[in-house]
Amino acid sequence: MTALNSYRTGPDEGGHFGIHGGRFVAETLMPLILQLEAAYKEAKADPAFQAQMASDLVHYVGRPSPLYYAERLTEHLGGAKVYLKREELNHTGSHKVNNVLGQILLARRMGKQRIIAETGAGQHGVATATLCARFGLDCVVYMGAVDVERQKPNVFRMEMLGAKVIPVKSGSSTLKDAMNEALRDWVTNVHDTFYCIGTVAGPHPYPSMVRDFQSIIGRETRAQLQEVEGRGPDSLIAAVGGGSNAIGLFHEFLDDPGVEIYGVEAAGHGIASGAHAASINGGRPGVLHGNRTYLLMDGDGQITEAHSISAGLDYPGIGPEHSWLHDIGRVKYIPCTDKEALEAFQLCSKLEGIIPALESAHAIAKVMDIAPTKPRDHIMVVNLSGRGDKDIFAVAEHLGGQI
Amino acid sequence: MTTRISARFTDLAAQGRPGLVTFITAGDPDTETSLEILRRLPAAGADIIELGVPFTDPMADGPAIQAGGLRALAAGQTLAKTLEMVRAFREGDDATPIVLMGYFNPIYIYGVPRFITDAKAAGVDGLIIVDLPPEEDAELCLPALEAGLDFIRLATPTTDEKRLPTVLAHTAGFVYYVSITGITGSAAPDANAVGTAVARIKQHTALPVAVGFGVRTPAQAAAIAAGADAVVVGSALVEAVRKTLDQDGKATANTVVAVETLVQELAEAVRGVTRQAAE
Ligand SMILES: Cc1ncc(COP(=O)(O)O)c(C=O)c1O
Repeated sequence: MTALNSYRTGPDEGGHFGIHGGRFVAETLMPLILQLEAAYKEAKADPAFQAQMASDLVHYVGRPSPLYYAERLTEHLGGAKVYLKREELNHTGSHKVNNVLGQILLARRMGKQRIIAETGAGQHGVATATLCARFGLDCVVYMGAVDVERQKPNVFRMEMLGAKVIPVKSGSSTLKDAMNEALRDWVTNVHDTFYCIGTVAGPHPYPSMVRDFQSIIGRETRAQLQEVEGRGPDSLIAAVGGGSNAIGLFHEFLDDPGVEIYGVEAAGHGIASGAHAASINGGRPGVLHGNRTYLLMDGDGQITEAHSISAGLDYPGIGPEHSWLHDIGRVKYIPCTDKEALEAFQLCSKLEGIIPALESAHAIAKVMDIAPTKPRDHIMVVNLSGRGDKDIFAVAEHLGGQI
Repeated sequence: MTTRISARFTDLAAQGRPGLVTFITAGDPDTETSLEILRRLPAAGADIIELGVPFTDPMADGPAIQAGGLRALAAGQTLAKTLEMVRAFREGDDATPIVLMGYFNPIYIYGVPRFITDAKAAGVDGLIIVDLPPEEDAELCLPALEAGLDFIRLATPTTDEKRLPTVLAHTAGFVYYVSITGITGSAAPDANAVGTAVARIKQHTALPVAVGFGVRTPAQAAAIAAGADAVVVGSALVEAVRKTLDQDGKATANTVVAVETLVQELAEAVRGVTRQAAE
């Protein structure tokens, strides 16, 4: 076996990361996807496009996001030195906006006036609605009816921003069904519509395009750590729904041999319970939503419902690049239950004065496990992908109170 | 090699009329009722049968076929049971072509080589797999063709002149022209535009062209069939099943008959379309 000389060159021409990825879509969409691929390639190489991205990331999104030394959390855990990459301080409150900005600028370049998106927690929907407002584009957001209920503040925000939110009642009424419905809309309205996917999943070129837009997280992290510590990290950790905040942090460091990398999957009530959203820990490779990747399914290849306390992680799949990084062993994917995430949510709030998104709380929960096992000079960076304001109602309910 | 599909289109040409392709979802509302519907389709006037393989996430289907698939899955339908239905059908009918239509994941999980062997043995003639475009031909299309299963491709209004040859390259049996940009069960297509599109496809291939998506009534079927080699009706038949179910979603005495009657009406209309032989 020959060793890979880089983990950062994927995907291949056909959008494959190992056996994962690809373009499993209906013929109606295929010409659009090829067009998108060509348009993105062109934009990526265009200094004017890159310059506008860079400028809007600073002045509209508020980047760079701080890399913050979590002193009290570090002391409490008594091991690794923990840094939080503060993506929750971006405009709209999560990392999602990095990707949306890129896609919306691309949509404008392609002359598309109507933007559609799927959303789970509502963070991607809010980011999309925000940039559509900023650039005067029509915006339709598909959201599972169950998620509309548990993420009400975000539904209100999207509507305030001028987007039309369509509750999806088919299937399990969560993120996967919202994605099905968005794909159906796209098939129907191919001529004027741009589909802004919220994570590193879907048909090629989405997984690599979204990764490119999110990779600024890792690049900033490297520069910021260099400045304060004079060196790079020893470990990275991030929650994985589709995997966009995680790959955004990881990609920069994949070829740094010493860096341990952990992706945290939502384990719901526990892998053994069957009620979870851990596609790698509890699923196997299959084909859904345009790509091959690890999925939750039954023995007949029917997709099963995911469960997570966090709407943003409640998806039965994962981006294809993560599936490949798992197959080759470069990244370790570890499970985190609802209960562990809830504890981390509270701990981070009380110790650091930062209320994390429930998604991000999954990553913090594993920091609580891993950091104490590391020496004090071990530098660990955790992606604080979003803020928790949207989750306070759900958390209150789980803790037995009500707001 | 003469396949059931090519024999059927040769026969239709000799009769100087277009064909009727009927779509039903395998196992909707249950395997037994669905098999009974399947068995009655040829006598009711179906020239070719598309048998839908249920999938939880049918991203190119509208509400009617989504619901039909979920009913079948709730009643315990699996890909193995669908193949078993085809085998049972073949005991009484060795001429009517059966095309399985669905999504790739159930086949991928069943195992592609095993699926091809079992589908052939059961008497399946062709496959329409919505989420396998030419870019993914290595997955199933090429091995299926090699085994003698027709791989029927969808061409759509977005398939332009430049792409059409790619789409037609490994197509066998017939070409399925999706008459609208949209999902199954949407608004009816414009028959004139469809005729023009079919003529365009025929400049690139000698294969017959069937047209579907959005065709519901006998009158629409006749109008579309006039400009094509065959017309496909699906959502309307799946709706006919749904309308006869009892409160618990179970089949009633009317279920099989309702589908049979609608197919008879569709066939009568389609058979009324004659054209000069040997065009
Ligand atoms: C704050 C936050 N973090 C993480 C995620 C999970 O998505 P991804 O894995 O693509 O980063 C979401 C999704 O909604 C989110 O809102």
